[in-house]
Amino acid sequence: MAELLAGFGCYTHAVVRAVPRSLATQALRSGNLEVDPLKVQQEQEYYVSVLTQRLGLEVIELPADETQPDCVFVEDAAVVCENTALITRPGAESRRGEAEAMKRALTELDLNIVEMTDETATLDGGDVLFTGREFFVGLSKRTNQRGAEILADTFKDYSVSTVPVLQGFHLKSFCSMAGPDLIAIGSSEAAQKTLKIMQQMSDHKYDKLTLPDDLAANCIYMNLPNKGHVLLHCTPEEFPESAKVFEKLKDHMLIPVSNEEKGKVDGALTCCSVLINKKSKI
Amino acid sequence: MTTEVGTETDVKKEPEKVQEDQQQTDQPDQTSDGDAPANTEEHQQGSQSAEAPTEQEESPEPRSPTPAGEQKKEKGISRFLPPWLKRQKSQSQEKESESAAADVKDGEQEEKGTKEKSEDQPAEVKEVTGEKSKTEEVQVEEKDREEQKSVGSADTQPVREETEGEPDENHKQQVNARETPSKLTKKMKMVVCHVTLLDGSQFTCDVEKRAKGQYLFFEVCKHLNLMEKDYFSLSFKDSADQRCWLDPTKEIKRQIRNSQWQFAFSVKFYPPDPSLLTEDITRYLLCLQLRQDIASGRLPCSFVTHALLGSYALQAELGDYDTEEQRVDYIADFQFAPNQTKELEEKVVELHKSHRGMTPAQADIQFLENAKKLSMYGVDLHHAKDSDGVDIMLGVCANGLLIYKDRLRINRFAWPKILKISYKRSNFYIKIRPGETEQFESSVGFKLPNHRAAKRVWKVCVEHHTFFRLTSPEQPTKTKFLTLGSKFRYSGRTQAQTRQASTLIDRPAPYFERTSSKRISRSLDGAPVVNVAGGDSMGVGENGPTLELNSDNKVVDVEKPSVDVDTSVSEQTATHVADSAVIKSKLRVQGENIYVRHSNLMLEDLDKTQEDVLKHQASISELKRSFMEATPEPRPSQWEKRLTGSPATTLRLQVSGDPQKTSPHPENDSRDGSKSSEVIPDVNGQMEVVEVLEETVVIEEVVKARPKSPAPDVTTESGTAPEVKEEQSLSSDSESEDEAEYHGQTPSASFCVQQIKEEPEEEEAELNQQALPLDAEPQPIREPESSAKEEESSSAQPDEDISTEEVSMTPDEAPNGHVLDTEDLPATEGEEPHIVNGNVSRVETERLPQVICCSEPPVVKTEMVTISDTFAAQKTEISTKEVPIVHTETKTITYEAAQLDGNGDGEPGVLMTAQTITSESLCTTTTTHITKTLKGGLSETRIEKRIVITGDSDIDHDQALAQAIKEAKEQHPDMSVTRVVVHKETELAEDED
Repeated sequence: MAELLAGFGCYTHAVVRAVPRSLATQALRSGNLEVDPLKVQQEQEYYVSVLTQRLGLEVIELPADETQPDCVFVEDAAVVCENTALITRPGAESRRGEAEAMKRALTELDLNIVEMTDETATLDGGDVLFTGREFFVGLSKRTNQRGAEILADTFKDYSVSTVPVLQGFHLKSFCSMAGPDLIAIGSSEAAQKTLKIMQQMSDHKYDKLTLPDDLAANCIYMNLPNKGHVLLHCTPEEFPESAKVFEKLKDHMLIPVSNEEKGKVDGALTCCSVLINKKSKI
Repeated sequence: MTTEVGTETDVKKEPEKVQEDQQQTDQPDQTSDGDAPANTEEHQQGSQSAEAPTEQEESPEPRSPTPAGEQKKEKGISRFLPPWLKRQKSQSQEKESESAAADVKDGEQEEKGTKEKSEDQPAEVKEVTGEKSKTEEVQVEEKDREEQKSVGSADTQPVREETEGEPDENHKQQVNARETPSKLTKKMKMVVCHVTLLDGSQFTCDVEKRAKGQYLFFEVCKHLNLMEKDYFSLSFKDSADQRCWLDPTKEIKRQIRNSQWQFAFSVKFYPPDPSLLTEDITRYLLCLQLRQDIASGRLPCSFVTHALLGSYALQAELGDYDTEEQRVDYIADFQFAPNQTKELEEKVVELHKSHRGMTPAQADIQFLENAKKLSMYGVDLHHAKDSDGVDIMLGVCANGLLIYKDRLRINRFAWPKILKISYKRSNFYIKIRPGETEQFESSVGFKLPNHRAAKRVWKVCVEHHTFFRLTSPEQPTKTKFLTLGSKFRYSGRTQAQTRQASTLIDRPAPYFERTSSKRISRSLDGAPVVNVAGGDSMGVGENGPTLELNSDNKVVDVEKPSVDVDTSVSEQTATHVADSAVIKSKLRVQGENIYVRHSNLMLEDLDKTQEDVLKHQASISELKRSFMEATPEPRPSQWEKRLTGSPATTLRLQVSGDPQKTSPHPENDSRDGSKSSEVIPDVNGQMEVVEVLEETVVIEEVVKARPKSPAPDVTTESGTAPEVKEEQSLSSDSESEDEAEYHGQTPSASFCVQQIKEEPEEEEAELNQQALPLDAEPQPIREPESSAKEEESSSAQPDEDISTEEVSMTPDEAPNGHVLDTEDLPATEGEEPHIVNGNVSRVETERLPQVICCSEPPVVKTEMVTISDTFAAQKTEISTKEVPIVHTETKTITYEAAQLDGNGDGEPGVLMTAQTITSESLCTTTTTHITKTLKGGLSETRIEKRIVITGDSDIDHDQALAQAIKEAKEQHPDMSVTRVVVHKETELAEDED
């Protein structure tokens, strides 16, 4: 807290969750694609290994719950900022149960837990973009105004602006933070429009990293001791054009992480972890 | 007394005389607008003693080309004008001596005033040994009161006398106050001001009663040893318990009205980067403010932030954590958060320990570095509703305007995106610069709880935009001729300028004593009352005013010279007035108002026995010319007279019940006085009334400005105007009643932001000022703001009254002719510029001779005359502001030239001829000639012209009006313009609701 912005991208812990077998068949998806359970498993394993071995984060891996096919996408269940965690109320009713395990895990991490108990509120973590200076909450099929209000009440230090998600699944389906004050944004019209709104709503000037593919705009930025700027992003196999854009980031440690199979069920890179900075705790 | 009476009459007569002059030609009675204030004083004084000289003096300013000037000299004009100022003293003395009764009254009034003041304030009114000051001050008050009273009726003569004397005094006082309060040799009433400082302590300061806000502010800054003072300001609570910023350029008394002389010193502009402040003491004060903001919940922050900021506060106040001496409960005296828990305190202590070695200054810096990042840092919140009626909050900050719904930011308009900000009634609008892909600029409207709230937001926006976005304050550029709206501008230093100045600070870091922890806690708890409450209070307070009844009362009280007050008042008044007026007007056929769309230029003869309507363009042009050329002589505004005169008004005033209130408000008083004076004095002169109706179709509401040639209106306006103008130079607040626009400009620096509407107000004000000088009674002028407010409030009433009067055609009032105005008002109300024949109805008598020079316009142009809302309120029949959905707004501004005294007041002349000519050109013009035979066997001809200018908002109404007046003058070189009524109607394109 000492400095609101100083710690942006600094994480010490990550909460992830194992992939349930039910994901391949029962997970919600906007497309109608077939998912290879094995590949999903492999992707997840690599993802976790990057966090733990490559980046040295302390990873808490929650066991899968077969009754919750989407439970691997832990991001939607909680929003953590500094040492406060908001346990969300996911927009999809079938996912409401996922919050329980997340709550327990975060409680053990000694975070201040805030639960979204208002039954009129819905919020998916995937609709929450924290820039280090402020929050943008996408109003989507999964997130409503009330959910955003509760988030604003939870994180009072920051301004919380709502932006419409004109297209796509979550707000972060086409954007994310690629660095301090650097917003990765897809090139679709809807994405660009949303970016404009965000820019208008903010007192800060953000740089933007425009990617040819909307989905590729979901990346994970971290600022880790001894590693500097770290960016987990799409692989060239998935989005060759977008990968080239990432590769131009000279100051970043670039780590391509495949997300092809999870993408079929609308899972993006950021969806699979909740990042926490315990050091930031005062 | 008799003399005074004469003077009063003279004053009033001045206009009348002017009117007489009219016959010769409309002279520019108006001296210089700029001089107006002084002139007014002079005029008033002069009117009593030296008639001719005054006129002459004035005349020069006015540019009175017409013979009227001569006549004026002969008659009252000379009396009224210039000499007054010079002679004021002597006159005032004379008055005192001469009119013992008057003095007594004055004394009474003074006492009353003092009482009122005292009531208002805990502050004590001290009579300084000043010799005349008392009388003057008293007179001023008395004037106001008198005016009000006079309105009633019987008291008219005495009242007038008093008023005469008062005006002089008032002028003097005003002058003195303006120049240097402290220098006043005369008796000075001192008032004790209590200022709550940021550390919770009280600063007590004796201030001359008529001192401006600046004086007190500087005293406080001196006490604090603060040099970077531009971020700070003084605030006070108005009658609605709303926090209002004290305008440094305006008299304190007029701003606080009936409120107590209790102020709070607080941060007005939160520096986005406190580290750029030069001095530690400045940062310290900012810290104190933020501690209040945080403890009160006004600046929300998380638990962690509360703890962190609290720990820095402790470090700054107590130094390093002392394990032995400091117990855990040592922080119990501090309040770090609205809901302070033990857990929080423990956290604070824990963090405090970690700050070991940090100096207080460093701790403050750390505090600020964290506080400035909070999302609500420096955001001034105002309750509002969007176009759908949804509750939102408008947040004004350094970067622009933020829109919140609950805690969520749902929109943001950076200053560069905003082309114009305006308010109309209780609506607040911003015009948005078209985006890259957009072709047209769009406007967004918000509904505020009431007019005052709308005005407050508007002012805050103007101030923040100027302070943070501009490199230098916007200069009151060209004054457009007749514009309605507030002319308010921030005239203080901008952030850029203050930073520049800060670099020049060359002094050793001043030592300052930090508050003890206890003090802090107190300040946090208690101090917030003033400042803290502000944000929240707005909503509540505003709601209150909404009620019409309340509004009236409040109006009187609330209305202050200051924008906020005025606004509220105007709103209230407007509503009342509007309602009543509208109704009346509707009932009546408002004579000859022809609305093309935008403006109506009407020249009216005071005497209106009958009216024939003929349409002429030529006549119009002449009228215009004459009007333009003629120097307007200030007279008590008809409104005032009407107000005072009309029973209803008085009643209302009484009802409002606060004589004090009225007295405090010069404008109102003045108006009242003018009205009363008008009523009392017979206006023999012919009154020409030029009514100009301007309608703005755009989002901005229609503003109807009625320039009345007759002085009375002018005075009223002038009352407001003068203050506004003068003050504006400094702070530039004109209080537009209903509407005001502000065009934001790019940071580049210069702004032309002021919109026409605002300007008009100014102009009107100027006119008024001039008029005032002419009028023996300056009172109205001086206290224009307050009076304006009152006027506004009262105006509504007055309007009604007036209208009734007109209908009834009371001789007295009628003579004043300002009845016409009333008529006009109704017309205006007919939102759409319709032709109201009503003016014609004024058959009432108009004093033939009154020559009102509307010449002011030119002056006006030059100077920024702001016709504050007051005017609008007075003249306008503004639909209830409260009504959320306003489709049209109407503002009426009346400028009246001085009226001739004497000719049987109110005696209806015999109508000899009447004809009306209507012609169409740019504008639609309706001309009515009315010839009456007055008592003396004199015949007076009045020509009323109504010009309706229709156009889009883009139309330059000022220019159109000026042109119309000019033409009118040219057409009738031998006539003087006695009255200009500007009626502005704006249709809200799609305003909210």
